[in-house]
Amino acid sequence: MSKSMIPVRVASVRDVAPKIREFRFTAVDQALPAFSAGSHVMVEMQGAEKTYRNAYSLMSDPADISSYGIAVRLQDESRGGSVFMHTQVQEGDVLNIAPPANLFAPHWAAKKHILIAGGVGITPFMSYLPEMKRRNADFELHYLYRSAQTGAYRQQLSEALGEKYFSYDSDHGQQCIVHQLLAQLSPGAHVYICGPESLIEAVKTEAATLGIPAGIIHYEEFAAPKPGKAFTVSLASSGQQIAVDGESSMLEALEEAGVEVANMCRGGVCGQCVTGVKEGIPEHRDDFLSAAEKASGQCVMPCVSRAVTDSLTLDL
Amino acid sequence: MRTAPAKLETFRDDFTYTNSKEAIERFPFPFPEDEYAYSVNIEPHTLPGPAGSVNEFLFDIDEHYLSEMAERDLVLKENPKRCLAMPHMEPACWDFIDRAMTTMSADYPDYFKLEKNGDQWHWQNLLLKLDDTFTFGDSSTLPCPPMEYMGRQVQGDIALLDQRDGDLFLDAGIVTCPADWSLAFDAGMSFKEWHGPVPMAHEMGVFDRALKYLTAIPVDRPVRRLNWTLTVNARMDTSPETYPMWGAENRSVTPENVGEKVYLRVELQVLDRMARSNALMFSIRTYLISMDDLVTNKDWARRMHRVMKNLPEPLIDYKGLTHYHQILVDWLAKYDPVN
Repeated sequence: MSKSMIPVRVASVRDVAPKIREFRFTAVDQALPAFSAGSHVMVEMQGAEKTYRNAYSLMSDPADISSYGIAVRLQDESRGGSVFMHTQVQEGDVLNIAPPANLFAPHWAAKKHILIAGGVGITPFMSYLPEMKRRNADFELHYLYRSAQTGAYRQQLSEALGEKYFSYDSDHGQQCIVHQLLAQLSPGAHVYICGPESLIEAVKTEAATLGIPAGIIHYEEFAAPKPGKAFTVSLASSGQQIAVDGESSMLEALEEAGVEVANMCRGGVCGQCVTGVKEGIPEHRDDFLSAAEKASGQCVMPCVSRAVTDSLTLDL
Repeated sequence: MRTAPAKLETFRDDFTYTNSKEAIERFPFPFPEDEYAYSVNIEPHTLPGPAGSVNEFLFDIDEHYLSEMAERDLVLKENPKRCLAMPHMEPACWDFIDRAMTTMSADYPDYFKLEKNGDQWHWQNLLLKLDDTFTFGDSSTLPCPPMEYMGRQVQGDIALLDQRDGDLFLDAGIVTCPADWSLAFDAGMSFKEWHGPVPMAHEMGVFDRALKYLTAIPVDRPVRRLNWTLTVNARMDTSPETYPMWGAENRSVTPENVGEKVYLRVELQVLDRMARSNALMFSIRTYLISMDDLVTNKDWARRMHRVMKNLPEPLIDYKGLTHYHQILVDWLAKYDPVN
C-alpha cells in the first residue's frame, strides 16, 4: 500500500464554513497526477495511536493540477479522521494520499445535469462546475445546507452561476421540494446527488414514485464505517487472530495488524477490498455486493461490514 | 535486451517478418502452467518493469516499430474505418496523446522528444521523422484527428473505453492488428456486449468480476494481462474485414510446414486510466513468434505441447484452430519427453 502513495504538502488551510475546513495540497517530490471531475483521493493521517484513512472528493478545477483541494467537515460522530484534519493538520505538514480515482464521473452524454448537493456534499461538484462550463454543458446546481454549520462557497457559487444556482438554507427555513425538482426534469437530463444518506434516499424514493429510471440518478456517499459489536477475525492462511473492537472497521483492524488488503473508497462502494469468507456469518453493510453475493455469505467487504458471529475466518 | 527499430519487414504477401535472437528472448510467453486455465489473470503493471522486458515501459517500442507503423499505414489506407473516435471521446484522445508522448519521450529519449510550453507542445518522432508543434487539446492544430495521429506512432492496437453507469463502452480506437475482431462492429458496445463471443467465461462470472475491477482502476496505476491465440503466417491484420485474405490460410498448414507457418500470437493488454476524461485506455500490443523460433526454448516447447494437447474443444473452435490443431500437437510432441 505504502508504495503507491503520493506525498503532498499542505500548502494552505482555511475555514470555509463553521464546520468545514479547506486544505490545499501541493507536490513534494512527484508532480500531482491529472484527474477527472468527480474524483476523490484517500488521505492517510498518522495519528498518535492509529492511522486514519479517509476518502475526500477533489474540489479543485481539473484543469489546474498545480494543487489539489479538499474540504473536510468536522463530523459530529467523528471516528478520528475529521477531528485529526481539523485539529492536527497545519500548513507545511506532509501527508500521504492515494492517486485519484473516480466513482462519480458526470455522464457527459446527458442533455442536462441536475446537481444536488447536501452540506459538504458540494465538494465533488466544485470539480464538475469548471469542466461543465468548458464543455458548455447545461446544468443546475441545487445546494442544500445549514448556514450555522455548512454552506461553504455559496457566495462565490451564487455569483459565478447566476440563475443556474438554487440554494436552500434549512437554518432559515428554506426547503428543497424534491418532488417539484424531479417532476420538472427534462428529457435526457441526469441527476447527481452528493450528501447525507437521507438526502440520497429522499431523491431515490421520489424518483421511483415518479417513474424516473434509476439509471439517470447518480449518487455518491462515502459513509464512514459505523460502529458495532466487537468480534475476532481469523486468517485462514496463518491462523492469526485479530480483534476488531466496536469502533474500528475490520479493514482498519487488519491494517493495524500489518495485513494488506487492496482498498480504495473505504466506504463500501468501490469493491476493491472484497475478501473471501471461510467460516462465520458476515453482517453486510456495503453498497457493492449483489443481494445473491451477500446471501451466499462467501465474501465480505471489510471496509464497512462486520460479523454476526463472534468470529469470522477470512480467506487471507 | 532490446534491439533498435530496424529494417522494414512485411506482415502480408511475402511475409518477411522475423524475430532476432534478442526478440525471441524477450518474447512474452503466456503459459505459466502446463494446463491452460481460463482466468482474468490481471496484475499490476508496475513501471518501470524489468529492464529490457516487454513490461519495462508503458509503450513497448521494439525492433519491429517501423515495420508495424508501415503495416498500419497500409491498413488505414485500405480502410479508414479501422480508426474511429466518437465526438464525446475527444478529451480521452488527448489524454492518450499526453500519456503516450510524456512516457515515450521519457522512456526512449533517443527516439522521441517532447517540449511543453504551457499548452504549446513540440513533438519529435525521430524514428518516423515527424516534427510537429500543436496546441494541446485543440484537434485543429494536428495534421489528422488525435486518435489517428497518436495511433500511427505506437505499436499495438489502442481502444479508448468510455466509463459510465459502472460499465465500459468501446467508443474510440485504432485497430489494425486484431485477433479476429472488428472495431467498426464493436464500436459503441458495452463491455459484456463486445465480449459476447467468448465461450465459457460468461457462465463463470469472469466478466462481472473483471468489470468491477476495471472500472475502479485509479490514475497512474495501470494493470496488465496476457492473451493469446495462434495465427497462420506472420499476419498482423487478422480482422473480420480482411477475412477473405487470410481465412483460407488456416487450411494451408501441413506436418511439414507447421514450424514456419504457425505463429503464437500474444497480446500484452494494458489498462490505464486516462486522467482528465476518466476513460480507460486499453492497449493491445501484439507479439508474433513462429513455432520454429519458439521451440528454441526447451521449456516453452514442452509446455506449448502440453497446453495445446489439453486445450478444451470450445476454445479450439473460438480461437479458430480447428483445421490445424491436431497437426500442431503432433509436431510439438517430439519436444515433450513425456511422449
